[in-house]
Parts: sequence; C-alpha cells; structure tokens
Amino acid sequence: MSDTITTPIPESMAVEATGAKPRTLSLNMGPQHPSTHGVLRLELELDGETIVKCRPDIGYLHTGIEKEFEVKTYQQAVTLTDRIDYLAPLSNNLCYCLAVEKLLGLEIPPLAQWTRVMLTELTRLNSHLVWLGTHAIDIGAMSVFLYCFREREDILRIFEMYSGQRMMTSYFRIGGLALEPPRGWQQRVRTFIDAFPSKVDEYEELLTNNRIWVGRTRGIGIMSMEDMLDWGVTGPMLRAGGLKWDTRKSQPYSSYDKFDFEIPTQTEGDVYARYQVRIEEMRQSARIVKQALEGMPGGRWTADAPHVVLPDREKMKTQMEALIYHFKIVTEGFRVPAGEVYQAIESPRGEVGYYVVSDGTTHAYRVHVRGPSFANLGAVPRMVEGTLIADVIASIGSMDFVLGDCDR
Amino acid sequence: MLPDNLKEHATAAAVEAFDATAVVSAKFDRDELTIEIAPEKIVSVCGFLKYDLGFVRLSTITGVDWYPAEPRFEVVYHLHSLDRNERLRLKCRLPGGDPEIDSVTEVWRGANWFERETFDLFGVRFRNHPDLRRIMLPDDWEGHPLRKDYNVMGDRG
Repeated sequence: MSDTITTPIPESMAVEATGAKPRTLSLNMGPQHPSTHGVLRLELELDGETIVKCRPDIGYLHTGIEKEFEVKTYQQAVTLTDRIDYLAPLSNNLCYCLAVEKLLGLEIPPLAQWTRVMLTELTRLNSHLVWLGTHAIDIGAMSVFLYCFREREDILRIFEMYSGQRMMTSYFRIGGLALEPPRGWQQRVRTFIDAFPSKVDEYEELLTNNRIWVGRTRGIGIMSMEDMLDWGVTGPMLRAGGLKWDTRKSQPYSSYDKFDFEIPTQTEGDVYARYQVRIEEMRQSARIVKQALEGMPGGRWTADAPHVVLPDREKMKTQMEALIYHFKIVTEGFRVPAGEVYQAIESPRGEVGYYVVSDGTTHAYRVHVRGPSFANLGAVPRMVEGTLIADVIASIGSMDFVLGDCDR
Repeated sequence: MLPDNLKEHATAAAVEAFDATAVVSAKFDRDELTIEIAPEKIVSVCGFLKYDLGFVRLSTITGVDWYPAEPRFEVVYHLHSLDRNERLRLKCRLPGGDPEIDSVTEVWRGANWFERETFDLFGVRFRNHPDLRRIMLPDDWEGHPLRKDYNVMGDRG
C-alpha cells in the first residue's frame, strides 16, 4: 500500500494520508480449507498479496496415539500405526514391526521380507497418486484427480485381497505377515503393474508440458538445501533439491539391497521439481514391484519364533505346546527384552522413525513416532514467508503432508 | 566416561575428546550408539557434532518418563550424519521437579517444533526457546499427557 493516492476518487470518500506504516492484514487459512488436506490452520499476515508472517497451527488431529501405545500389547499396537499416516499405513506397519523385531532379534523369512517390500512400494504408489490428484486439483487441473484415483482403486483392491482391508491394513505383524499371501495375488499384481507405467505417461501428458501447470509450479516454493537440512525436511523435497539420499539405499532394511532401482533427483528444488521427482519415484516403485513379483521366494511368511508368532490352526488342535503358546500370546502378549531402538525407513513423505523403549514387559514403555509431515510442516514459514498468497497452495501442496502423521 | 569397548568408536571417542566432562556414559546396543550427555553441555556438544562431525540432521527430539525413578525424565535426541551414514542418540537426564534444559534451536532450527512437542506432552521446559508454547494440545490444557502419572481415567482416577 503506498501513501500517495494516484487514482482519482470522489472527494467525499478521500482519506487523508497519515504517513503511518502500511497495515498488514491477518488472514486465517483453514482449518477447514480444502487445500489444507486435513485440518491445518495457517495464520497468515499479509502486506497486500505478500506474506509477511506465517504461523502454522497444528494439533487438531492429535489423538494421543503415543500414549495409547503404552496400554496395548506389542502386537495389538500394530493397528495404531495404520492410523498415524492413513495414506501410507503399510510403511508405518513396517517401520514399527522392524523396530520391535530389532529389539527381539527376530529373523524374518525371505517371503515375508519381499512381500513387505512389494506392498510398501504399492503403498508409495497409492500415496503419490493421492498426492498428485489432490495437488493437481488445488492448482486447478481437475481431471488428473480422476485418473489417479482410478489406479489407486486397483491398489486398494490388492490391499483388500491381502488383508481384507482397503486402508487400515495392519498386514505386517511382528514376526512376519498377518496372513498367508492370498491365492492368485500374482495375477492381480501383474495385471496392475504391467499397465501402470503407461498410466504414468498419461498423467505426464496432462501435466508435464501443460503451460498452466508449469506456470504455477516453476520457481515456486524454493528452499535452499541448507535450510531444508536445518529444518529437518526429508523425502522427495530433499531429493528435488539435489540431495541423493534415500534410506532404502543408504541403510537398507527388509532386503531392499536385493532390488535394483534408482533414486531420482532434481536440482531446482521448486514445486515442479518435486512433481518430477515423485513421478519418477512412481516409475521406480513400479520397477521394484515387478522385481518382487518375478523373484518372490517361497517358504513361510512368519518367523520361526513360537513365543511371538501365533501357531497354525492345525497345530493348535494337535499339539499341546502350540496351544499353550497361543493362550499365552493372546491373553498376555509376548515379552520384549529391555532396551531401545530407533528404526527409520523411507516412507512416501520422507523419514518415518519409530523410537521404541522396552522395559522387558509385554507393553512398550514408550513409543515415539517421528512423522515426516511434522518436521516438514515446521519448515512451512521458511518456505512461504516473502512469497505471494496465491502460491501458498502450490507450495504446501508440494510438501505432501498428512495431518494424521503430523498430529498423531 | 566412555566404557572400554567404545574407546575405539570414532564418534564416541571424538565426543569424549571434545569435552570429557560432558560424557556421562555411553553404550552400544543393537548397532546403535547412545551417549548420555550432561544436560548443561547439550548445546555445545550438539554444535560440535553438527559442525565438526557432520551430524547435519536432527531426526527427532522426544522424552521418556521413568516415574517414579530419579532423575525422572530423559530428553532423547536422534541425530543423523549423511556423510558418515551414521545415526547417533544423545540423552540427557533431568530431575522430576521443574525439568529444564537448554534449547538446541540455535544449532538446528528444526528443533523448534520437536521441543515444543516435548514441552507440551512431558512438561520439560527448554531455555532460550524462541516460541515455547503448547503445540498439540489447546493452550488451556492442564497437565502433560505423556507423563506416567497423568490421570487417564477422568473422574474415576
């Protein structure tokens, strides 16, 4: 706002210029704003269209999950992990199970490990598809959403086939998988994954060279690499800024080292680069799923640990030992040796970490979840302050946060 | 003091060489290194780890409540070095009455929200924090839910 008025206005409406400093306007974005994807409130202070100050307000979805971990047995608590990041439930299942398995010192059979890899990569596709669809809607490209949800439906059907659930799968359990992989899964996954790369081409056709899309995303939401590391940003945002770091490669878990895939990176670090990285990640995930499909080892889907894993139905009816273990696991749970571990994995949004403290009983003493959305959202003020309000939607959309993961 | 088996560990030895009085104890368990730091030294040790040893990333800060033991609270820091491809856990023990520790926001700005969360849920105060408010719960909430003596039974408790 300038002090001198240049447009002629009626004399009765003229306001005397006082020489006071330009006033800023406070604006609440959210918590019920469609583009905040959940309930996030941004308190914006605007000078004209420029954001002077941004204060994110979170906690609307805080449900005390970390407290609840302390009253559930270790195996029961798997169901809580689904509900943390509801777009990547299997990534959270995996991370929690790996952490507890590390405390227990369990060896997981190859079939379970490979199935875990395959399903978490499908989860990554699922999550990236939801991100792409909603991000495109935010920016004004409606049709991409319909394409993305078409493929997401196929993925959810695969999850349903495995676990009986579309979203809250709880399919990974401490010691392996909840159930034997279903009959005919190969056919279902193959049909999906053979067609998927051409579907990614379709999304790219709609967006990659779309002038409006490029105009709205190029050069927007840039953060320097130094800032991102300082603020604890992880995942595709870092890779879009040029850092080739992916936990799947640097500290492989669940036999990721046996798979051949690339870590896509870009250097610009803007919204468009994040889009490019995620698109390429989808192609790489499809490669991993294909490798898992073709090289899936045989054998058991649970570890050889009768004190942790529920026995087969058949054995329970014929062997006394199995019956006793079943009774103990169901009524009391299993004891986990005292100690503490921090397990980090690469979720679709960045580093998910589970810090599990055990005091030797059947319930976790303390579980802390490092949600990537929480850390990423902390950096929002750094990213949007000084930019235009019209770009906020594109900027925060490109972070791909899930508020459940943030608030827990 | 470092235990004998960690004298050869590069990171642990470097921290010990930087400030021997800061290291209270250390352990290497399940491939994870944990160093307990004297609470008043946390900022200088974190600065050293970040700028000299390359632990550029702060993964998370959280707390553990060992009620009724004393010192009651642990503040736990998880650091990560990209160059060394190594993770490190730091711990500080704080007493149950009025737990207070220096904020590490001047080392990593990302510590801001993690410290606010620990303050909100455990009631640990961080000195020199730029904006120490509740983050998950409403401002007028009473108590700190992740404390072990927090009443979870409502009126029946």
